[in-house]
Amino acid sequence: MIGRLILSYPDAARRTGGLLILALTTLGLYALGVSSAWLGYLAPPAAGWLDENPALGRFVAALLISLIVAANWKALQQLSRRQQIIGVWIELFALLMLFFFSFDLSFTFIAKKIGFLITQGVTTTLYISAISIVIATIIAFIGAIAKLSKNGVVYGLATFYTSLFRGLPLLMQIYIIYLGLPQVGYVISAVPAGIMALSLCYGAYMTEIFRAGIESISRGQTEGATALGLSPSQTMGLVILPQAMRVIIPPTGNQFIAMLKDSSLVSVVGVWEIMYLARTLGQTEFRHIEMLITASMIYWVLSMGLELIQSRIEERFGRFNAR
Amino acid sequence: MPTSPDILSEILLRGVHKWYGSYHALDDINLSIAPREKVVICGPSGSGKSTLIRCVNRLEAHQEGQILVGGVELDGDERKAEAIRREVGMVFQQFNLFPHLTILENCVLAPMWVKKMPRREAREIAMHFLNRVRIPEQADKYPGQLSGGQQQRVAIARALCMNPKVMLFDEPTSALDPEMVKEVLDTMVELAGEGMTMVCVTHEMGFARQVADRVIFMDQGRIVEEGQPEDFFARPKSERASLFLSQLLH
Ligand SMILES: Nc1ncnc2c1ncn2[C@@H]1O[C@H](COP(=O)(O)OP(=O)(O)OP(=O)(O)O)[C@@H](O)[C@H]1O
Ligand SMILES: [Mg+2]
Repeated sequence: MIGRLILSYPDAARRTGGLLILALTTLGLYALGVSSAWLGYLAPPAAGWLDENPALGRFVAALLISLIVAANWKALQQLSRRQQIIGVWIELFALLMLFFFSFDLSFTFIAKKIGFLITQGVTTTLYISAISIVIATIIAFIGAIAKLSKNGVVYGLATFYTSLFRGLPLLMQIYIIYLGLPQVGYVISAVPAGIMALSLCYGAYMTEIFRAGIESISRGQTEGATALGLSPSQTMGLVILPQAMRVIIPPTGNQFIAMLKDSSLVSVVGVWEIMYLARTLGQTEFRHIEMLITASMIYWVLSMGLELIQSRIEERFGRFNAR
Repeated sequence: MPTSPDILSEILLRGVHKWYGSYHALDDINLSIAPREKVVICGPSGSGKSTLIRCVNRLEAHQEGQILVGGVELDGDERKAEAIRREVGMVFQQFNLFPHLTILENCVLAPMWVKKMPRREAREIAMHFLNRVRIPEQADKYPGQLSGGQQQRVAIARALCMNPKVMLFDEPTSALDPEMVKEVLDTMVELAGEGMTMVCVTHEMGFARQVADRVIFMDQGRIVEEGQPEDFFARPKSERASLFLSQLLH
């Protein structure tokens, strides 16, 4: 019935739908208790009226916001796809900045500290992450081969490893390695302990990704290579892995980004990376929020760098799929 | 009919058995194939044809009996298996080209990595065989950009680049659209004219008549009947073979 109506009057249906969404957004915003104070700033004469009719004022505010969003949506529809993407990014970024500015941040403080945060913190975070990424990748590759092995001992080792290191919280792993290894006579300093924990933990996650990637390549590929006389390791390196990469790279990129941010956990053992510095620098002058927001932005920028690298690599390995 | 052990045979199977779990896939296979001989294997689905030729280059391992290829026995020693695979080319129903490599790269891969041939030489050989299968102009494309018939001809060229003594074909035309079957069969007929030892699993009777020295009929893991193509197709001795052939014709 309703389906038939929509089919016979598509334009009317679309308009009704639009109005419905507008009404729902307005009601939603109203129910969430949107503030109407900004109306007072924009139009001071209305301030008195707003004070007298709080509920109505709130409703007007909700309606106006909905209309602004709708108008914005309409306006964006006029642009090309590329412009739309850029437009959305700029708008959302501006909103995010507005949100941060509302904290009344001291930018002189940020400007004073950001230099050290970058030279010391970013460098440390980057090199801890980079080394851990390399080691985790190697572990993951070995782990995946082991998990695909017919040998029970090898398979047992691999499953125990992945189960243990995926199962323990990373924070515990860092403490256990840093505080526990000295108990068995192996004193380890903070940075290597952090790298070790990150590598082992992410190696375990990535083992599963690599295994799934390798298994996604059809058996015919192995047989084709074997029949040509290629050895098992040549088959893996020349035929299976290059194809598995397409499956492996996207989730691995995710893991790298997650690891970058999780490297903040090694701050608990006193490594001077971004998180540790942000906390200690903020403490000295009770400007926590400044440093936390700055650190967050730095992590975001670094993640975007990784995203960029990931899409480059994806392009390279996706080439053969282009028709 | 068991063949007498023959040192002149290129491929020799003696009392070969193979089980998948409890399923008896090959049941006492005795077969001798002479150098330059062309053998066509046919039989109903699940009769063990693929299993048989896959045992010849040890993509599958047999459990009982002897398999010798070029005088070397496949006895579980991986190095012997690899040595035999260098002399035995194989063409699959699903082509099994490497989709991440161009046609040319597909062809030079094994010569360069297995035979340690310099790139220049490997490329020359590859282009020679791509010419032979009449697709030199596709050399820089990826397999996904070619038609099925073209892909199968590339697969044949790729196997030939290793200069094998024996070629194994496992239903090379049954994944192809009908209009592409001929171009692949023509390539195989040409190849047969050049003195290669060939073992083909196929139901293309025209091809079998034209090139086969011998047709082998399998059923339920056994070689039920073998003979020259004219005899086999005109006067099958066993009931199962005549039933199979009558179904093939209709
Ligand atoms: N890896 C395997 N595991 C278990 N059983 C298998 C395996 N490969 C083949 N078989 C079984 O062995 C029997 C013979 O298989 P094979 O592939 O050799 O038959 P075929 O004659 O080539 O048939 P088709 O014409 O369908 O290709 C079949 O019943 C099949 O189910
Ligand atoms: Mg088969």
